Amino acid sequence: MTFTDFFSILPLIALILWALFMLISGLFVRGKWGIIHPIWASIGLILAGVLLFFQIGKPALAFSGMIGVDGFSLFLQGLFLLCGLLTVIISPAYLKRFGIDHYEYYPLLLLSVSGMMLMSLAENLIVVFLALELLSIPLYILAGIARPNEASEESSLKYFLLGSFASGIVLFGISLIFAAAGSTDFNVILGKVGNSTIIVPLMLAGGALLVVGVGFKVAVVPFHAWTPDVYEGAPSPVTAFMAVGAKAAGFAALLRVFSMLFKGQADVFMPIFAMLAALTMLVGNLMALVQTNLKRLMAFIGIAGAGYVLMAFVPFGDAAIQTHSIGSALFYLLAFTLASFGTWAVLTGLEQPDGKGVDLQDLAGLGKRSPILAVALTVFMLSFTGIPLTLGFWGKFYLFRTAIEGGYLWLAIIGLLTSLMAAYYSLRVLVMVFFTRGEPKINLTYWTSFVAIFCALCVVVLSFVPGELFDLAGRALFGA
Amino acid sequence: MNLNPLLLVTFLPAVGALALLAFKPAWKSAARWTALAISLVTFGLSLWVLAQFDPSIGDMQMELNLPWFALAGNPIGFHIGVDGISILMLLLTTFLTPIAILSTWKAIYENVRGFMILFLLLETGMIGVFLSLDLALFYIFWEFTLIPMYFLIGVWGGERRVYAAFKFFLYTLAGSLLMLAGLLWLGLTYGSFDLTTLTQTASISLNAQLWLFAAFGLAFAIKVPMWPLHSWLPDAHTEAPTAGSVILAGVLLKMGAYGFLRFNLPLFPQATLKLAPWMGIMAVIGIIYGALVAFSQKDVKKLVAYSSVSHLGFVVLGIFALNSQGISGAILQMVNHGLSTGALFLIVGFLYERRHTRDLDAFGGLWRVMPVLGSLALIVTLSSLGLPGLNGFIGEFTILLGAFGSTALGSPWIAGVATLGVILAAVYLLHMFQKVFLGPVTADENKGLKDLSVREIAVLAPILVLILWIGIYPKPFFALMTPTVDKLVAVLQAASVALH
Repeated sequence: MTFTDFFSILPLIALILWALFMLISGLFVRGKWGIIHPIWASIGLILAGVLLFFQIGKPALAFSGMIGVDGFSLFLQGLFLLCGLLTVIISPAYLKRFGIDHYEYYPLLLLSVSGMMLMSLAENLIVVFLALELLSIPLYILAGIARPNEASEESSLKYFLLGSFASGIVLFGISLIFAAAGSTDFNVILGKVGNSTIIVPLMLAGGALLVVGVGFKVAVVPFHAWTPDVYEGAPSPVTAFMAVGAKAAGFAALLRVFSMLFKGQADVFMPIFAMLAALTMLVGNLMALVQTNLKRLMAFIGIAGAGYVLMAFVPFGDAAIQTHSIGSALFYLLAFTLASFGTWAVLTGLEQPDGKGVDLQDLAGLGKRSPILAVALTVFMLSFTGIPLTLGFWGKFYLFRTAIEGGYLWLAIIGLLTSLMAAYYSLRVLVMVFFTRGEPKINLTYWTSFVAIFCALCVVVLSFVPGELFDLAGRALFGA
Repeated sequence: MNLNPLLLVTFLPAVGALALLAFKPAWKSAARWTALAISLVTFGLSLWVLAQFDPSIGDMQMELNLPWFALAGNPIGFHIGVDGISILMLLLTTFLTPIAILSTWKAIYENVRGFMILFLLLETGMIGVFLSLDLALFYIFWEFTLIPMYFLIGVWGGERRVYAAFKFFLYTLAGSLLMLAGLLWLGLTYGSFDLTTLTQTASISLNAQLWLFAAFGLAFAIKVPMWPLHSWLPDAHTEAPTAGSVILAGVLLKMGAYGFLRFNLPLFPQATLKLAPWMGIMAVIGIIYGALVAFSQKDVKKLVAYSSVSHLGFVVLGIFALNSQGISGAILQMVNHGLSTGALFLIVGFLYERRHTRDLDAFGGLWRVMPVLGSLALIVTLSSLGLPGLNGFIGEFTILLGAFGSTALGSPWIAGVATLGVILAAVYLLHMFQKVFLGPVTADENKGLKDLSVREIAVLAPILVLILWIGIYPKPFFALMTPTVDKLVAVLQAASVALH
């Protein structure tokens, strides 16, 4: 281990140390000084972001090849830090209103972010597993932080049971791959794949288990059934973080592991991913059509989103378009992140401590009451649908392009037709916001509005420079 | 600095919309006058474009091609330009927008600022559609027009506005999404998203042409709308506020017909030749069906809406006659329909503002009460049914001439049946006029109705001037488009030779 090893994970180390420091120092902060926790957490995240900035353009393999810093991990780490920061900003007002402003909330959040960051850096299957646990365990606690609220506890327990089950499956998959190749190091396995000294059936079985395990985490149909209950029960800011961050982290693992290790078995896995993507898009969008609870609606929009990202990933074995494939997946993840956080920011303002306030009808009259937020919500909904002048449009544009390039025209057409369903449920939201009279109960603070407006501006403004953004997202994956 | 006039004309309304954001919601008349002024300046700019336009050249003029970004190595550009077809559509758009805005003075009193912002954004979207020469850019503008229209119908519309707005959005989006798949495939396979490059270099196999024709054509056919994809139109037109209906009928429907002319014909000429008889048959069914359904309507606005289905059938028939007469007639008829149906919607709007009903039976004998409206409505009605000397006749006559002489349609019977549509148009439109304006004044509420105000006359007058102008002296309009149409026909003829 050398200094350069540490340098390559410096943002991660800084964040973990910061979280531990907050965990201890939080004990001594009482009463009205509680506001200091979110501020500390924001500073920590920004600090990690600054450290991350210094790593741009310095690809490195560290810790004997366990950690890989490359364009892919930098993009994703930035995304995770952004998720963390946005969550921190929308949390304080919500936690206070619900009377659950426990100080451990923020350190746990930071630890989970660091797990996600580690996931994007992993070049070794053991590190993948470690990262998975590091990001999940704080989330199990966070989902139940509204104790003794039953819904929140139920959500936490469900998430914990299914999540640890999924972790077990991932671990089993890893062990099979280890049995097949005799190593957990990506580059060693890659070498063995290259000179055909792996046991192919074991490798395939391991890969299949990884798909199932990670599929649970990112909520791909048919492994999605836990999401609506968990999302509905958990406190809204936690749900926002879970729905976006944890999903993106799962995809980070999937993208890295499969595009590096399973290129040789691509013809086995590509049809599987294609089927999963098609199913996920169909089920996610179909179920979203009939939701009346906004938190559940967001859960299904998230499932549908996972299907779209997976679609980009389907032609992963096609070397010629691999950068496009990863680039469009990451691009869509970014578009999805911004639109989701914006929507969640509005939802945190709507939700009442008794769990009410997040029905579709509760949006009625928002257009009159708060025109700016209503316009922001419009932007997010149009972005989910994929209407031009939003980032979501380019996201889908790139996704469909990748699918067509990879020869999956039918998949692209399913994606397009499910976008029509997306239009339906998005418009239903807009009908409530603008065309229905009502008096919405909304508790908005300066900071939640800030997040909503910031996200809406990003979604619109960034849509004018899709090319630059895509190039950023499509930076090379190390060793792939 | 040398500013491209097309760039100005496209984005001036959007800039105006941004400026309106700074207005307070309570400044209602300020918002109205500002929007009107902006739309008038835009119209002035489009006349400036016309002044610089050289009608003797059939190519794109005043082109602007800025690189935007690359997609899989294929540049996507901000590429706009104007030719003989798009300049007429540009003028129609910028001409109708101030008229539509002026018609809202009394009709729109809630959230005027929001209405005007959306209206100006819509204008930018529509102009963008007619000027774009890049597939991706075209798609962006095309889809973008949905958003303002959706809100215009949904917020300021009639009783069933939510349903109508929903249907409008979903129908058109369904078509557009297939077009998106088509244009992505086209651009990626042939290495360019630029329309000019694609037209010159791509040699697309017949089989691929047929699929692409279907993908693009479905989007355009829904927008036109062609039978049997028309069912969104009566709802959207009936529920939209008057100004919205004017723009819907006047401009948005033309985007579909324009799409056929701009994309399907030059890009997929062989598929066009193969499918022309089918498109012709569907157009004729639309003509007859629209006319029959229009006749049976009790709601005046719905009647006018269904008459659009019938009239747009003529436009599609003219386009797929695939000879220069048919296409020229179709383009002129696009303008004509924008004028006369726009005017009909305005008249229905004036009646509705006074009586708050659109039921045919509620009216009768209005000529005695409102002679000015009656005489103006008579001219518009006659223009719409194609009386010689007015604009509708020139368009329909040229289309039918083209359709009878068309080899692509395959049978003169198609044009023969279409001619019936002209007679049916006379039946339902005169029926409407008679029910509303002639006979004795039956209902007491109608006795005290006020005739048109100066503003209302000012709204209708410019349209009437053009109706008469095109009817009496259409030559300048044909002169604008002829070189472009001839080029298009030459492409089709070359394809016809290659096909046989």
